[in-house]
Amino acid sequence: MDSFSLLMQGLASAMDPMILLYALIGVTLGTAVGVLPGIGPALTVALLLPVTYGLDPAGSLIMFAGIYYGGMYGGSTTSILLNTPGESASIVTAIEGNQMARQGRGGPALATAAIGSFVAGLIATLLLAFLAPQVVKLALTLGPREYFALMVLAFVTVSATFGDSALRGLTSLFIGLALACVGIDGLTGAARLTYGVPQLMDGIETTTLAVALFAIGEALAVAAMLTPPDGMHRVTGSVRMTATDWRRSWKAWLRGTFIGFPIGSMPAGGADVASFLSYAAERKLTKHPEEFGKGAIEGVAGPEAANNAAAAGTLVPLLTLGLPTTATAAIMLAGFQQFGLQPGPLLFVMNAELVWTLIASLLIANLMLVVLNLPLIGLWIRLLSIPRPWLYGGILLFATLGTIGVNPSPVELGMLILFGLMGYGMRLYGYPIAPVVVGLILGPMAEQQLRRALAIAQGDWTTLVATPVSATLLGISAVFLIVPMLMRLRGRGQVLSQVAGDAD
Amino acid sequence: MSQGFSPERRPRGAAFIIAAGLAGLAVLLLLDAAGLKQDGGYAGVGPGDVPRIIAYGLLVLAVLTALSGWKGNLPKPPRQAPAPVLWILGGLVGQLVLLHVVGFVISGALLFGMTARGFGQRPLWKAVAVGLVLGFVIYGVFDQLLKLNLPAGPLERLIFRG
Repeated sequence: MDSFSLLMQGLASAMDPMILLYALIGVTLGTAVGVLPGIGPALTVALLLPVTYGLDPAGSLIMFAGIYYGGMYGGSTTSILLNTPGESASIVTAIEGNQMARQGRGGPALATAAIGSFVAGLIATLLLAFLAPQVVKLALTLGPREYFALMVLAFVTVSATFGDSALRGLTSLFIGLALACVGIDGLTGAARLTYGVPQLMDGIETTTLAVALFAIGEALAVAAMLTPPDGMHRVTGSVRMTATDWRRSWKAWLRGTFIGFPIGSMPAGGADVASFLSYAAERKLTKHPEEFGKGAIEGVAGPEAANNAAAAGTLVPLLTLGLPTTATAAIMLAGFQQFGLQPGPLLFVMNAELVWTLIASLLIANLMLVVLNLPLIGLWIRLLSIPRPWLYGGILLFATLGTIGVNPSPVELGMLILFGLMGYGMRLYGYPIAPVVVGLILGPMAEQQLRRALAIAQGDWTTLVATPVSATLLGISAVFLIVPMLMRLRGRGQVLSQVAGDAD
Repeated sequence: MSQGFSPERRPRGAAFIIAAGLAGLAVLLLLDAAGLKQDGGYAGVGPGDVPRIIAYGLLVLAVLTALSGWKGNLPKPPRQAPAPVLWILGGLVGQLVLLHVVGFVISGALLFGMTARGFGQRPLWKAVAVGLVLGFVIYGVFDQLLKLNLPAGPLERLIFRG
């Protein structure tokens, strides 16, 4: 059956009222957490993992994907009105968007962000639907060594390619890899680093680590700040875009989409990277260079389209290869595993209905989001008036709820505090958070593939570069590791550090 | 969110502490790997080998961190206010200790209250009272409706199972 009819079937099952409800909850929550500073989609999915334990797998996964899409929409609101990005993929939106808000053009800025997100989400989800089966065919030809090489590539791009220091990125990654060693070894059953503590046998819970690093670390860092953040800019005037706004936006939306989708779908960084590259492209191509830095609408339209397209793109390696390339994708992978599903080529064979319902739901979720975000924007802005003490008190209460719900032991809560402090320290000294989470989840998978590859080759390490595919992938990894280091050495590091993404 | 702070060109104590922490983690991995039975099978790579590789990586990173710290290459954080951090940590530790004694609602209310206090909300009792209400709502929804098993204390038993 071809992708089109599979997608139509998926749409039919996605029209089920329960599935629609899950999608609606997902996009609503996603928009809310995107709007609120301090919590992003990665954290929210992590918090919801334990809660969805007993719920319908398809519905829960659709909800998670809805949160991811919604977070990309909501993040722009905070960027534009507060100049504090709600999540990392909206950092560049703040540059032009906040300038527009200062000039009383906040309305059109919000509108171009929302419509751009819709256009990008629509095109990118369709691309996902038609590309995924091709990648699956390709994926079936890959063996353990190719998978291992792919994971190495993901490790490098997540930790060392972007950001202001390869050293700190790699340090974060290795901390994650070290934490991943805790627990029972998947191949021999040997207990590693458990020190006789039964709670450590299962390894370190993804939920605990992600919640601690994102929620508790962030709360501590924000609380300890001595200077309060900027005030909010009221939206004055109409949200309607003028004819000129439309004319200047639509090309930027399309360019953003076609920059964002490939970036997201290759293991080459997440939505934050895509939004930055789109901004750079708009800045180069604009007919109004004098407006850049002072509120150019292309600078909002492009990056916002790019981050949504990248979010959809990330689902390609996640669903077809089981390879997460962002923190949110990594936690969604944990969500699949919680329901006994292993993303990868086999998922499209064994759970075809679930996959296609998920993809079709994304199209519906995208439609819901544009409705939620354009007419109801006033409601979301009101969320920003929640006083910070109540907001963070609530975040911490929910953060511990997730851990207590899975395993109400002092060991688990102790780890939560310990990793929370680690997250605070990492924020203080500019260590990125996402590589730790990706390392924890991808680490054991990479180890298994490595040992399987070596077992097939009877312990011969050269097997890792013995096929063109694996050798090429490892070669690209080396380039992604070394070239940025040289760029930083030669003082051209600012470009990379601006792309530094923290969370999602 | 972490932003790029201007690095200061003099040796940074923090870098040495981070380097020591990384080296310590590496030593833990190496000691544990040494105690594992080495059955690599056909692969020739047993359960202890990958932790060992990661440990070597951590040692290299520790040395590089110390070196870059010596050159002053570490972002210098802005001044931090210690009191809010202590309030929040106090709330978390309190919850850890009290969870199984007083139940989810009361320990959660204390955590909420102390966090809010850390963010400047006064008086403390008012914040705890808000936390109590929120705790009840969460307990009702998640324990009673969604069947998540949250530890119950005297208060929960009195109201929900009385």
